[in-house]
Formats: sequence, structure tokens, C-alpha cells
Amino acid sequence: METVKSIGIDAGSTTLKIVGVNEEGKILFSIVEDADPKVEEQTEHILNKLKENYDMESSKIVATGYGSNLIKADKKVTEITCHAKGIYEYFKTGGTAVDIGGQDNKVILISKNGKVIDFIMNDKCASGTGRFLENTAWRLKIPMEKMAELALNSDGEVKISSTCAVFAESEVISHLSRGQKLEHVIKGLHRAMVKRITSMIYTVGFNPPLMLSGGVAKNKAVVKMLEEELGEKPRIPENPQIMGAFGAALIGLSQ
Amino acid sequence: MGVKDKIKYIFSYKIAGKLLIEYNTKKTFKNFKPPKNWRTDILAPSLRTGVYTKEIIAKHYLEGRYVSGVKPVAWVTSGAPIEILKALGFYILYPENHGALCGARKVALEISEEAEKKGYSIDICSYARTDIGATLSKKTPVGKLPKPDLLLCCTNICQTVLYWYRVLAEYYKVPLIVIDTPFVYDEAKEHDIEYVKKQLEASIEVSEKVAGKSLSFSKLKEVVRLSKMAAELWLEIMNANKNKPAPISVFDQFIHMAPIVEKRGDPETVDFYSKMLDEINERIKNGIGAIKNERKRVLWDNLPIWYKIRFLSEFLAENGVSVIASTYTNAWGELAPMMDIERPIESMAKTYVYPILNRGTGHKLKTMETMVKEFDLDGAILHSDRSCKPYSVGQMDQRLKLLNELGVAALLLEADHNDPRAFADEQIKSRLKAFMEMMD
Ligand SMILES: Nc1ncnc2c1ncn2[C@@H]1O[C@H](COP(=O)(O)OP(=O)(O)OP(=O)(O)O)[C@@H](O)[C@H]1O
Ligand code: SF4
Ligand SMILES: [Mg+2]
Repeated sequence: METVKSIGIDAGSTTLKIVGVNEEGKILFSIVEDADPKVEEQTEHILNKLKENYDMESSKIVATGYGSNLIKADKKVTEITCHAKGIYEYFKTGGTAVDIGGQDNKVILISKNGKVIDFIMNDKCASGTGRFLENTAWRLKIPMEKMAELALNSDGEVKISSTCAVFAESEVISHLSRGQKLEHVIKGLHRAMVKRITSMIYTVGFNPPLMLSGGVAKNKAVVKMLEEELGEKPRIPENPQIMGAFGAALIGLSQ
Repeated sequence: MGVKDKIKYIFSYKIAGKLLIEYNTKKTFKNFKPPKNWRTDILAPSLRTGVYTKEIIAKHYLEGRYVSGVKPVAWVTSGAPIEILKALGFYILYPENHGALCGARKVALEISEEAEKKGYSIDICSYARTDIGATLSKKTPVGKLPKPDLLLCCTNICQTVLYWYRVLAEYYKVPLIVIDTPFVYDEAKEHDIEYVKKQLEASIEVSEKVAGKSLSFSKLKEVVRLSKMAAELWLEIMNANKNKPAPISVFDQFIHMAPIVEKRGDPETVDFYSKMLDEINERIKNGIGAIKNERKRVLWDNLPIWYKIRFLSEFLAENGVSVIASTYTNAWGELAPMMDIERPIESMAKTYVYPILNRGTGHKLKTMETMVKEFDLDGAILHSDRSCKPYSVGQMDQRLKLLNELGVAALLLEADHNDPRAFADEQIKSRLKAFMEMMD
């Protein structure tokens, strides 16, 4: 049985991520599940199952994310610090990290030696977050993966002017009812979201390279458009969604 | 002046109320204990002289309940040149302070909804909504507000007050004096000051008419003298925070600034701040800081978040962060040196064109930069106040400049001074925490 030195738990607004690392900080396991309202029970359940295959007797636990208050941990650290740590250790470079999650966007400036220099989060609203696309996806009954694909392969684009997740949804519906092509509208919706994120990036001041984390970084259309808007190819970890939990686990190592 | 009103005033305020309040203060002061559930594990015991803040404010609003028909009543904006009214014996009410009090007592929302019901938009300043709501519904935590006989509105804080006071003038059907202060981009011009001075002079006649007596210049000088003294003491109290640890948190300043706003020009206010300064100096001598474990020192920009003062103060103190300088509390001290007892009207004209909100955003940046250096700060929290636009404009750039040019952590915190609907606990906490981790 391998020994898990530290466990990072990122209880996000949308998903729960758990990452275990060994002494060298190598990822031993990573789990992503939709977040349950009773995230503490969900976590316990997952950890208990993992104990069958790993030695977790002396693992440190570091929690982050909106649900971290509910989770038993040795330490609680904010998502900003965790994503910054995860991204920095993954790419071994400073720059601009952008975490696009289900409900929050975070733009984090990381220094050459891995310190957070500055950050910004979206205001009290979900504009430009995963929820922005999800709302419409639910409404149109299109799976998220399909949304990205439609946007990516679209040969045209309709301008969506609202950045409010709720208003954008009705804007989409009204474009469709006026006969605009579905993929054009979906592409426009992605554009509106990406523009919102780019403006946040410019607010803190863009410092390349651009590195992505969070579930939305898996959306290929978002990635492509970010490149178009910023003129800079984003770097994406193998699994961007677990970067916060990975960072948390690494913070546990130095405890 | 009704005899009945006068008797009631003397009896209920001068005799029964005032004496009772004063007796209570003496008693609490003698057997002083910090209020129940005061977090003495992380905070210094509350200031003992704070019992006088309570006394001054309690007496002020109690007098307000019985003052109608006894003294002329004026409602004024927070940056209004009140010295003339004071010298004429007006009872002066500050709707903004009353609004803040409603905020701190957590009833501002309920009261401002009364204004919203009548069609006032939620985008209007939440003080204005609270005041108009209180006017329309008569709801107030202080029992009763006296009806104004005169309104005095000075535009040196914002343009909102102009429209707000026009609403009041229409509602109460009383004269409205507007003192229009030209915006100061860099330095005020000679003619700007002359222009304000002329308005001040013109206001005397209206005020005299409402007061039913004429202005005594020696009285005016006396009021200016007392006003200046109190403001100087207040400035000294704030500057005491250059010491390490800093003796009085900005959150405490928010509470104890009430007299400098509402009661400047009164001898009691001078007494009060000199007592408070003694206590602060005592703290410095004994090495007592506003918070127990001062790890980081930061500044606060913009208005307080009245309904969350305690929450913020404790949350930050738990993490060793002491908020020790603020552009807001500073605004009531920084102009003290400009007042000139020998030339009351001229110096008032100058003093009242120079408040921070009547000056360019570069001036506020400079103020914050000076604070960072003089108070040796590690960070800055810029409260981006949803419904106070003039204070919030420019903060994006100011934040970046503080960060890039002075290398201090700087956070923009989105909320509102009096509207709790603009405050999300968890989101605020997560931003503050990340800000604190950034300073480590
Ligand atoms: N393959 C995918 N394609 C497109 N979008 C995806 C994909 N996988 C996940 N997402 C989106 O990622 C979002 C969830 O991201 P993540 O797990 O980082 O959120 P979270 O950490 O729970 O949220 P937050 O950090 O805001 O609290 C959802 O909106 C989801 O739609
Ligand atoms: S808008 Fe701002 S300056 Fe004007 S009254 Fe309201 S809080 Fe004061
Ligand atoms: Mg997340």
C-alpha cells in the first residue's frame, strides 16, 4: 500500500475534488464528483473507500473551496492560494493563472517564485463563470461537451451583449426564436463569457504565460477564444479541474 | 416658541433625560466593563471613554425628540458648513449620521424599503434611501426625529445630496440653502473660494430669519474655535496609530467619530476628545494595541460598512490584521489646520471646498500613499461602495497603483455602506482571507 502524505480537498460550488500526493508531491489519486449538498458526508465516504487501497494513517488534510467550512481538515486555505500553488508547481513558472469554476472566476498573478502578487474574483454574480454556459445548456437540453463542440465548429457568430447569466439565457432564446442558427448563438455565448474573463485579466494586468485551471478549462471553445482574445496560447494542465485540490495537497506537505 | 413645548423640553430633556443619561454614564464609567460578548481574546478591551460617545449621541437624539418649538432645527449634509447655524443656536440633525445609526442597528434596510416602496430606486445612495424612508414612514430607532425648519445642503461630498435635499424641501416645505462648492482638481482657485464665501454670507440672512435672531460674530468665532480644536484632537487620535501596536482601530474610529461630525462646535466635544486622547496615550504607554496580535497593518478606504463593523473587525483581528488608517475618518481631521478663528467666513469657505470627495482621485491616491508610508502599512482594503459613486470612482486605478508602486497588498471589496443586500458573507470572507494570505 502506498503512503499518502497529504490530501487536498477542494469542495467547490459545483464539484468536489480530492487529490492525494506522496512525499515528493506526486499525485497518487484524484477524484472529481458533482458536489453533494452534504459535502462532508460525501467526502468522508470517498476517503473511507480510498483507505482500502492507500495508507492514509498519517495524511495531512488541507481543505479549500466554498464548502471547506464543512470539512474536517488540518488546515483551511483559500482557493486563491491553492490554485496558485497547484499551477505554479505544475508549470514551474510565474505568470497569470485563471481559474474558471462553476460559480467563481479567479485571475491570479503569480510571481517568479510562486507568490501571489495580486488577484481578482468576479463580483457578486455569476457572469463569465461556468454557470453562465450551464444555464443555457440546461435550458436547451444540450450537454456541456456538445456546447463546446458546437461553438468550436460554428462558421458564424451572433453577438450576445448581456454578461448577466440570467439575461444572456433569455437573449439566447430570443435569437433562436428569430431564426438564428443554434451554433452561431452558442458561439456568441462563449464569446461573451470569454470577453468577461479577458476584461478581468486586464484589470489585474496580464502577465504571460496564461495558465488555466478549473472545470471550464476543459471547454475547448473557451480555450481557443481566450487565445484569440489575448493573442497568447493558454497552458492547460492534464486535468485542470483538480489544480486547486492539488495545490491544497502540496500545502499539506509543508505543514 | 410654545410655552408647553418649552416646559416639556426642560422637563423631559434638560431635567429627567439628560440627568439620567449623565448619571448612567458616570456609573458605567466607574465600574467599567467591556460590553458583553466583546472578544477580549483578540481585541483590546473597548475604550473606556467610549461611554461618553454613547452619552453624547444619546443626549443628542433625546434632545431631538423634544426640541421642536424650542430651538430652530436644521437638517444638514455631513460636509455642511454648520458653524453659522451653530452660532445661531440651531439644533442640527445629520440625516447621514442617523442613516449610519440605522445601519449599525441593522434597521436601515427595513427603513429604506419604505422609500423604495414609494419608487425611490435601489441605485440611489443608501443613506438617502434610509433618510427618505424614515421621513415618509416616521420609522427610526431613536424614537422621533424633529422636523426641520431649515435645510442646508453642501455639494462638497456629492451631487446626490442636492436632489435628496430638494425632496426634503418639497416634503417639509421649508427653506433650502444650497452651498455649491466647485470641484477641486488640483488647487482651489481664488475665485472658487470667493464664490463659496459669497454663498456663505448670503446664507446668513436666511438662517437668521428662520432662527429669529441675528448672528453674533463673537459667537461664530467661538464655534469655529471649538470646531477646530475638536478636529485637531481627532487628528491627533488618528495619528496616534503611527505607534506600534496601533492603539485604536478604524472600526472603533467609525463609532467614536460620531461627535466630531454631529457635535463639532460644542465645548463638550472638545472635552470628550481630549479625554479620549488621554486614554489613547495611556494605551501607547502601556503598549496596548487595538488588537491583541498585530501582525499586519492595513488601511480602509471609503465609507464603513455599518451593518458589518463587528463582523469585519473580529474576522480581521482573528487573523492578526489591524485596520488602523482610513481616508474616511481622516476626512474630519485633515482640514482642521485650514480653519482660522480670526477670519471665520473666509476660512470656512476654504475648508469646505477641500474635503476629499470634492477633490480629484489623484488626491485620494496621494492620501493613501502617505498613509502607507507614515503608518507603515502592509495592505489596503478599498471598499467599493455600490451606492456611493463619488467615493468609489477611481478605486480600480488607485488599487493598482498602491500594489505596483508601493508594493502593498490591495483588495477591492464590493459592498455598500448601508444596504446589506450588497454584502455576501461567504464571498467577502473568501476575498479577505486570500488578501490576508497574500500579505503573509
Ligand atoms: N468537459 C467540460 N466541458 C465544458 N465544461 C466543463 C467540462 N467539465 C466541467 N465543465 C464545467 O466546469 C464547471 C465546474 O468547474 P469546477 O469543478 O472547477 O467548479 P467548482 O470548483 O466547483 O466551482 P467554484 O470554484 O466556482 O466554486 C462547470 O460549470 C462545468 O460545466
Ligand atoms: S452618495 Fe456618498 S457622499 Fe453622497 S450622501 Fe451618499 S454616501 Fe454620502
Ligand atoms: Mg473551484
